[in-house]
Amino acid sequence: MLPEGFRSVGGTSFAEFLGDQAPQLLPSARESAGGELAGVTHGTTIVAATFDGGVVMAGDRRATMGNVIAQRDIQKVFPTDEYSCVGIAGTAGIAVEMTRLFQVELEHYEKIEGATLSTDGKANRLATLIRGNLGLAMQGLAVVPLFAAYDIDAACGRIFAFDVTGNKNEERTFHSVGSGSTFARGSLKKLYSESMSEADAVTAVVQSLYDAADDDTATGGPDLARRIFPLVSVITADGYRAWDEAATAEVADRVVAGRMSRPDGPSAPLT
Amino acid sequence: MTAPFYVSPEQLMKDRADFARKGIARGRSVVVLQYADGILLVAENPSRALHKISEIYDRIGFAAVGRYNEFENLRIAGVRLADLRGYSYDRRDVTARGLANAYAQTLGTIFSSGGEKPWEVELFVAEVGEAAEDDRIYRLMYDGSVADVRGHGVMGGQSEQIDAHLTEHYTDGLDLPAALQLAATALGRDTAEPREIKATDLEVAVVDRTRTQPRKFKRLAPEAVESALAG
Repeated sequence: MLPEGFRSVGGTSFAEFLGDQAPQLLPSARESAGGELAGVTHGTTIVAATFDGGVVMAGDRRATMGNVIAQRDIQKVFPTDEYSCVGIAGTAGIAVEMTRLFQVELEHYEKIEGATLSTDGKANRLATLIRGNLGLAMQGLAVVPLFAAYDIDAACGRIFAFDVTGNKNEERTFHSVGSGSTFARGSLKKLYSESMSEADAVTAVVQSLYDAADDDTATGGPDLARRIFPLVSVITADGYRAWDEAATAEVADRVVAGRMSRPDGPSAPLT
Repeated sequence: MTAPFYVSPEQLMKDRADFARKGIARGRSVVVLQYADGILLVAENPSRALHKISEIYDRIGFAAVGRYNEFENLRIAGVRLADLRGYSYDRRDVTARGLANAYAQTLGTIFSSGGEKPWEVELFVAEVGEAAEDDRIYRLMYDGSVADVRGHGVMGGQSEQIDAHLTEHYTDGLDLPAALQLAATALGRDTAEPREIKATDLEVAVVDRTRTQPRKFKRLAPEAVESALAG
């Protein structure tokens, strides 16, 4: 027989249901370890930018464990429903789990209510999940996701950044999180324009990831020998779509070719 | 002190079953059909807000007849069970069989417990597989019994006439418009004089194995239903 809690009336949140029925499965159920942990995998840089008709998000492929490269081809951007995605930086184990929970949370609401959450509603749910992780964040196991969505009502792409306390901050244009984010943001600042096409926006985020990898040791640049390139996701009115890997490779090859003659990348006019 | 009347267990169960069966027969019917690309669920339901057909998980659809509050309660419990299982194991580990078992246990317990009135519901739990042979459709009765459905099934309302029509006209591998037309005609056979059901009064969904998304369940908009019925 289905347990009582399964048949209780009202709840539309999967995370709350999990908290009642199987609290050990929540990301925040980890026991606090006390002190700095060694051997924890970290994800590094995520960038996102809006363009005319949507939003693009991309992440480098490197995961680090201290000074060691833990993984060369990690996926850090995940679709969360038909019109949104999350990019993760910080402690990979917690971030991946939180993203999984967030995915189920959105789908669960949709199935129970028969309607999708608003874009702001989704962002607020994610903020709540991040806030639940504050205790671990204080010990250095922080998760800093970047959330991007296409808002059907407003007919535009939107980007939300968060801090470890769950503070939500909407960015209209572009944003970046993770260890290389300072450099990626500086780069995007010079390359970005609001009227960009989708293809231009993809080139701009690949350029910015190259700049992040250029100056941040933890961010991986295009790996030409192994043919590993950033994973790019695009969300438009037609929904979420992973940008074709061959097409991304082509963009990355062009960016790298340009850097051969000008290692610092394209220059912006002085005035 | 007066002694309570003795009621034999057989009589008690029969009364409870009659009660549940009457409640279920009062409403309109729901039809399930296997077609070329998956499973089609069709209900006569003029309401746009209260659904009889819903998504449970990636490959699993749900249809119900009877009392709304009771099957809605089971639907939500099913979504919770599926999401919890998929989250703690893997999405592939959520199966219609597991879900049907949980429903059977629940309905069976309620039916035979003296304290609660029996629930007046019947359910279809339908799961598409990689090929038509791997499709699984279970029919759950008010008393917790489970039956396998192959090809086509109907529950609720005047289901016998509808079932007779389906048995006569159903063939394997129908395309979607043909399957939908068959379902709509069959649903109209519940009265002595066959009637035509308007497209807007049909609630239609498919669990379609050819969808590229992991979630195979899809509701058909009224316009799509209309054009399929016309074509």
